[in-house]
Amino acid sequence: MSHMAAKDRTLRVGKGSCFLNRRTKIIVLAVLMFAVLVGIYLAGALSSNDLIAADFSQKGLKPSWEHPFGTDMLGRDMLVRTIKGLSVSIVVGTVASCVSAVIALIVGVVAATGASWLDHFINWVIDLVMGIPHTVLLILISFACGKGLKGVLIGVAVTHWTGLARIIRSEVLQIRSQQYIEVSRKLGHSSWWITVHHILPHMVPQFIIGLILMFPHAIMHESSLTFLGFGLPPEQPAIGIILSESMKYLSTGMWWLAFFPGLMLVIIVLLFDRLGENLKKIIDPYSAHE
Amino acid sequence: MRIEAKNISFRYGAKSPWILQDVSLSIEEGERVGLVGPSGYGKSTLIRIMAGYLRPQKGEILLDGKPLPRKGISPVQLIYQHPEKAINPRWKMKKVLQESGMYRDEVMEALGIEKDWLERYPRELSGGELQRFCVARSLFHGTHFLFADEMSTMLDVITQAQIWNLMLKEVEERRLGLLMVTHNKELAKKICDREIRLEEINSKDL
Repeated sequence: MSHMAAKDRTLRVGKGSCFLNRRTKIIVLAVLMFAVLVGIYLAGALSSNDLIAADFSQKGLKPSWEHPFGTDMLGRDMLVRTIKGLSVSIVVGTVASCVSAVIALIVGVVAATGASWLDHFINWVIDLVMGIPHTVLLILISFACGKGLKGVLIGVAVTHWTGLARIIRSEVLQIRSQQYIEVSRKLGHSSWWITVHHILPHMVPQFIIGLILMFPHAIMHESSLTFLGFGLPPEQPAIGIILSESMKYLSTGMWWLAFFPGLMLVIIVLLFDRLGENLKKIIDPYSAHE
Repeated sequence: MRIEAKNISFRYGAKSPWILQDVSLSIEEGERVGLVGPSGYGKSTLIRIMAGYLRPQKGEILLDGKPLPRKGISPVQLIYQHPEKAINPRWKMKKVLQESGMYRDEVMEALGIEKDWLERYPRELSGGELQRFCVARSLFHGTHFLFADEMSTMLDVITQAQIWNLMLKEVEERRLGLLMVTHNKELAKKICDREIRLEEINSKDL
């Protein structure tokens, strides 16, 4: 039975790899995903604001070839608004998760290399942050920092590092018990030198993968914060704003106001997620066998 | 110089059984000593304690009457059984030598390290070739004692002979003290001036 399964698999792999092997396929896929994300960002950032000027002669139109996503009650084109909103979301996601990942790296390495009381303290903080419901914490921080782009960025950045910090801490602990670290110490190198030269290079895969897999969370949390009214201001074309506005008109049957932006948000989040998973397979091939 | 283990007792946990009890031995510089004994008797543990990698529960390690330095460059260097574990897999071999400041032509020549190995990663070299790097990086100026924990056990006989020839040449030239752990009695006879049987100096009840 297992023999047959193995044979079957070789056949399938053989067929699939007629033109490209798995690695190349993954790389091509990752590049494509990355291109789509950059494309949406650029399209949103570069398109002029005139495209979403209010036009009451066009208000509340259903999806058509002229307006693929329909128009809202102010007659603004929903496609352009969605792309502009996603572009803001991508920026927030990128900045917030970069900051978060750097915090995770520093905290994780400090916990693993520092004194034992420091390790206990950091673990306690991680438990604390993880223990509070994410959305509540985000709302509190964003509100305390004065809402707006700043509030959202700070809120998302200081709440998403915990998981990655734990992973990095355990990786560092494992590397630190290796023989070549002991040898390096006996060769007279300081703890700092060992961290920079021996340990940090080993953290690169975890760091990059953790960073990319943090994007989807950051984007989702940004939109939900904005949706709840604690995030970006209403004049900014953010996905959260679009979705919360559309709630008012849903009961009148204007389904396209929520459907297309929501769908696009899900697609973007999934794209980031797949990008991360695919990069993981390339950078850390062992995980592909799990 | 002289390294001394004085009444060493060691166990791995507060509740685990003693592995070493009241073990004492001393080695002079320029002496070649073999430490032999059956598996699981604590040879590697003892050599790790003497090199300063583990701290004994009782007793002390003295170097010329003073305790081993805890920080900084250690005059006692340990060479492990598995060179592939003792070298960072993400480093090129050149960096391994640079780490201890041993990236010098005379050292590489003495140990038969070829130039084109330097640009390779550890997984691209064989065990014997890697072990030469481990020896090379331990042979800097401050080294007075070399401890070898079954350093040639996993190599084939020809490579073993090569490595030991190179080792002995260096040890003699620099008058280093050598302590080797081995199961190979013939090898110990060939290399060492003196043999220590761990079961004879360990006063643990067996």
